Amino acid sequence: MALTVLEGSRAVAEAVRLCRPDVVAAYPITPQTHIVQELANMNADGTLKSKHIEVESEFSAISAATGASAAGSRAYTASCSQGVALMHEVLFATAGMRLPVVMNIVNRALSAPINIWNDQQDSISQRDAGWIQLYAETNQEAVDLTIQAFKIAEDKKVLLPIMVCLDGFFLSHTIEPVDMPEQKKVDRFLPKYRPDHAYLDPERPMTQGPFAFPRPYAELRKDLSDTIDNSRDIIKKVSKDFKKQFGRQSGDGLTESYSLEGKKTAIITMGSLGGTVKEASDRKGDFGLLRLISFRPFPKKEIIKALKGIDTVIILEKDISLGASNGAIFDEVRSALYTEKDRPKIIGYVAGIGGTEVTVNDIIRVVDKSKKQKDGDIGWLMGDA
Amino acid sequence: MKEIRVHGRGGMGAVTSAQVLAIAAFKDGKQSQAFPFFGVARRGSPVEAYCRIDKDFIRVRQQVSEPDYVLILDKSLIDAVDVLKGVNRDSTIIINSAKKIKLKTEAKVFHVDASKIALDTFGRNLVNTPILGAFVKATGEVTLDSLNKTILERFPEKIAKKNIEAIKKAYDACGE
Repeated sequence: MALTVLEGSRAVAEAVRLCRPDVVAAYPITPQTHIVQELANMNADGTLKSKHIEVESEFSAISAATGASAAGSRAYTASCSQGVALMHEVLFATAGMRLPVVMNIVNRALSAPINIWNDQQDSISQRDAGWIQLYAETNQEAVDLTIQAFKIAEDKKVLLPIMVCLDGFFLSHTIEPVDMPEQKKVDRFLPKYRPDHAYLDPERPMTQGPFAFPRPYAELRKDLSDTIDNSRDIIKKVSKDFKKQFGRQSGDGLTESYSLEGKKTAIITMGSLGGTVKEASDRKGDFGLLRLISFRPFPKKEIIKALKGIDTVIILEKDISLGASNGAIFDEVRSALYTEKDRPKIIGYVAGIGGTEVTVNDIIRVVDKSKKQKDGDIGWLMGDA
Repeated sequence: MKEIRVHGRGGMGAVTSAQVLAIAAFKDGKQSQAFPFFGVARRGSPVEAYCRIDKDFIRVRQQVSEPDYVLILDKSLIDAVDVLKGVNRDSTIIINSAKKIKLKTEAKVFHVDASKIALDTFGRNLVNTPILGAFVKATGEVTLDSLNKTILERFPEKIAKKNIEAIKKAYDACGE
């Protein structure tokens, strides 16, 4: 293992280079991140052989990546915040056409008001587009999940696009030790992309994303839903394969349990906040963590299993489903546990919105407070004024 | 775990100070983390950057609110922001200042005229690396050797050598 200290964005760019994308399409202006800047540098100095397409908007970035994938290329893009929002329309097409594009999202808040800081409203609000969504806790995990994402996306049983999300600033602008995998091993883990279903060949012309009457449209949407559901097994398998090759694994690929054995209280969160919760758990000791790595597909079975014997669940999430009074993860966890006979008390927090801090002390405080709270209580953690 | 907070102004390189410390600590065989607090990205506005050093991987992602060490790159910040926030009697503060400044704290306070050192060495008021020499002297948290190696990797050779010279001067000059 050879650790180096790298900024998160730089580490992710290195991971993308290791995956040898054929096409990188990106819009270079705000709200872009250092990831594509680094990739453009690598392209200019010849260490990344991909075709680099500089486009005029995020709508075009995802369109170009989708088109490149439809032509049979391994295609990549990255964005965040408003950029992801502008991609919204095309995201559905990428998934519907079953094109395994990989995109890193550096999670940042949405306007208005204008805010450049971290939360996960940008990606969580795209949850129904048909993309797999994975969330990293550390820069190491952002690297590892990015490499795994190409393998999961290109699996013949999946063929879906994937967002690998990392928290803005908390990961993207943080330097910390990362073990960058060797090219030789990545090549062994991730063979060249050879699609059977979507490619450009004048000898064998094909139509992609055509018109569909109601019944075939409904069938294809159900097929898409079944496919993303079934991708759970492939995500787990790729996670195991990754461990065999590189000696590391994040939970089982879908979720990670930390110090839950014998505990009555569990915190559920996603992304870099997981590290702060682990620290709080070690200091206080009366609660554990269930971290969601995959949000789409939603790991229902794994959540039910991990929470056996838990009587209080506290959800800390960096999004708000406006009009529902709570975040999206709260509703989904609650729904997953509804049929359980001894379902726990579930308390939700909208936390860390717009870059507000969630500290070890905040976490210990919400656990203490939960003892007097009712099932379904919702709160906001907004840091200091 | 040791926690460091760097106070600077936009354009002074406070983020670089924190990053260089983190890389130097890593070269010493420790684990480290550095990240900035982004306010408005404007020259001259107050900026904070953080660094943590520990023997194990650092999981916590919150800003440094109870620092073991505080580096103040520009003494005018003392009146502008709460540089003493979370500081206790075991903390150490290092100020870029020619004169001794009396702060309302029981923490140890070191002074170094990093601006003069920078002007003498570079001809410009670039204090973000020289002050790290004072940090090594006052705290011993990273070695001078690892600090210099980090500087050599990060900057072109000619600039790196000047930085190393300035770091040595600040190391020698730093006092309570």
